[in-house]
Amino acid sequence: MIKRNMEPRVTAMPTQPAEVRCGNFEEVALGYTLEMAVREAQRCLNCKHKPCVAACPVGIDIPGFIEKVAQGDIQGAYHVLSQSTALPAVCGRVCPQENQCEGVCVRGIKGDSVGIGRLERFVADWHREHGTRDVMEKPALNGRRVAVVGAGPSGLTCAGDLARKGYSVTVYEALHMAGGVLVYGIPEFRLPKAIVKQEIDGLIALGVNIQTDVVVGRTLSVDDLFEMGYEAVFIGSGAGLPRFMGIPGESLKGVYSANEYLTRINLMKAYDQTSRTPIQRSHSVAVVGGGNVAMDAARCAKRLGAERVYIVYRRGMEQLPARHEEVEHAQEEGIVFRTLASPLEVMGDENGWVTGMRCQQMTLGEPDASGRRSPVVMEGSEFYLAVDTVIIAIGTSPNPLIRQTTAGLETDRHGCIVTNGIDGLTSRPQVYAGGDVVTGAATVILAMGAGKQAAEAIDRELSAKDKA
Amino acid sequence: MFEILEKQALNQTVTRICVHAPLVARKAEPGQFVILRAKENSERIPLTIAEYDREQGNITLIFQVMGAGTLEIDSLGVGEHLQDLVGPLGKATETEGRKKVCVVGGGVGCAIALPIAKKLHEQGAVVHSVIGFRNQALVILEDAFRAISDELRVMTDDGSHGEKGLVTTALETLINAGNQYDEVITIGPLIMMKFVCLVTKKYGIKTVVSMNPIMIDGTGMCGGCRLTVGGEIKFACVDGPDFDGHQVDFDEALRRGEMYREFEQHERETACKLFDREVR
Repeated sequence: MIKRNMEPRVTAMPTQPAEVRCGNFEEVALGYTLEMAVREAQRCLNCKHKPCVAACPVGIDIPGFIEKVAQGDIQGAYHVLSQSTALPAVCGRVCPQENQCEGVCVRGIKGDSVGIGRLERFVADWHREHGTRDVMEKPALNGRRVAVVGAGPSGLTCAGDLARKGYSVTVYEALHMAGGVLVYGIPEFRLPKAIVKQEIDGLIALGVNIQTDVVVGRTLSVDDLFEMGYEAVFIGSGAGLPRFMGIPGESLKGVYSANEYLTRINLMKAYDQTSRTPIQRSHSVAVVGGGNVAMDAARCAKRLGAERVYIVYRRGMEQLPARHEEVEHAQEEGIVFRTLASPLEVMGDENGWVTGMRCQQMTLGEPDASGRRSPVVMEGSEFYLAVDTVIIAIGTSPNPLIRQTTAGLETDRHGCIVTNGIDGLTSRPQVYAGGDVVTGAATVILAMGAGKQAAEAIDRELSAKDKA
Repeated sequence: MFEILEKQALNQTVTRICVHAPLVARKAEPGQFVILRAKENSERIPLTIAEYDREQGNITLIFQVMGAGTLEIDSLGVGEHLQDLVGPLGKATETEGRKKVCVVGGGVGCAIALPIAKKLHEQGAVVHSVIGFRNQALVILEDAFRAISDELRVMTDDGSHGEKGLVTTALETLINAGNQYDEVITIGPLIMMKFVCLVTKKYGIKTVVSMNPIMIDGTGMCGGCRLTVGGEIKFACVDGPDFDGHQVDFDEALRRGEMYREFEQHERETACKLFDREVR
């Protein structure tokens, strides 16, 4: 019989103190100890309805793994997790749990929800450090080949699930390293790259073949892949092209897209003294946008030594789309939030370097089509931020390379690949798609969910061939 | 890993390497480029494809040793391997249907101009070529251009080889001699392309420029390579690298190109010092 812990508050997770972590790129959150994890796991009521499972895009048996933690059986908990997710150490760190599993937790009605993300992270980390490396036995190959485009969250999930079912899977990645947004976008202090590498190594051990330096849409086309003998293709090429605001001054020196800024820092390790990749050493930075990417960019700028970092966001604090934890961490680190503010112009000096940004104050008006209250300009409310760097984190639009080179692949007016909405099947037979290339910029876990569904559909379709 | 099969110094700062990269060679077209990294921790460097051999699976790259990244590529010899090479990237130069074209190349840009001139020549177009260099010691690919050009002008700033003067002078002479070009294609330093465009604008001749801005991924993801073309933001890696030269905001491109100059100088000095130490 498990002892229940009726403490209304979630067990706090130790973190590096804000004043210390601002000077390094090491992970902010330090994770639970075994004792903390067991105590937190005992807060789960193991309720009948399991609303958390339904709210998880990959359907993890959440009460199941938490029950194991409460019993102190961490290896067993890992086993439960690995039934549903290939990347538990990643998800535990970057999922927006408050909108998913934790958002519907029964304990959240009178107090804090169970710290599901923290527990997931604990189990994955514990397993990495102490777990028996029960290298999953390579499944017997079924003789069928599937190609996956993009080694990001959706592609890796799809590849892992198919490999477990016996498919020979090759993942084609455009960059020189696998991981997608997990390596070029999300910073080291939020998701250590060693963890990503280990999860990818797990997939390679499972038999997944990862080919870097191949751009599908240029080096190979989708049609080439079928000619090469792949029987199905999953496209998870990601969101791609950064959006700009269309205001004057966006091409001044010192204006970055968040993608460029983060790629220089994360993939190319520009924060490391030995890196050959340059990055501007800023004094004062304005990051435009309110999502996780904006928080990541702002916190990177702080760590690179900027004295003053602003988040400039059109709506209010309550509407920030970033994870709560990221906003809290950013505030602790001294990031200044200029919400209800919209940029008008980036100003520069005679040599073309950024000197500041002119903005105007907004107020929230009536809800728009998306149900969100849309910001309205307050007349005469202009203000000026003296900054030497502006980072634009207002989203991305899908990469055009695949749609331009794949006949018969239907895309919508935004350029996103159109699927049947159920399992990722596109307008082309045997071609599936998922993740940001379908939804536009979204989350790691939604992309993983899409990869998982597509893997099931591909398996259904290809194994039906055998029976036919 | 991509093996270097041949290596040759074309002049004191320009190197030509032939690399085994079958997937790239299979698809490459004139005007396209690759991104490569010499070693595990090297910078990603975009270089335009100078030649390709689909049967052998090889591509040729010609580059000027300018920063730490190109110095690292240049430090590798025949039989050694480049860590990464990805491509072909960007759109191919449009050559279809052109009847008479003037190709204007400057410095190492001539290496990019050559395959385009060659393709035009093979398609039966009349090709006039103007190639310019600072001095005789820096002249490259003269014979290769002569072989495929109906008319060739070689220009040097100091008159030590060919004619003395700028490429724009030769281009204007050719235009004034009554040559009617469908198009001028120009590849070289930004400042040269800017002035070529000013000349051709005067005569109303359509002009294509090949832009080579700062770039990281080369697939549209970073937006670092953005340019203003006709008042709109364009990405050189997916929308280019070729653009209508009369629409490109060259002054902005020139400024953006200087973004990391200080850092690069420092890196190059550090790399040179390390290199010196190894040699001694």
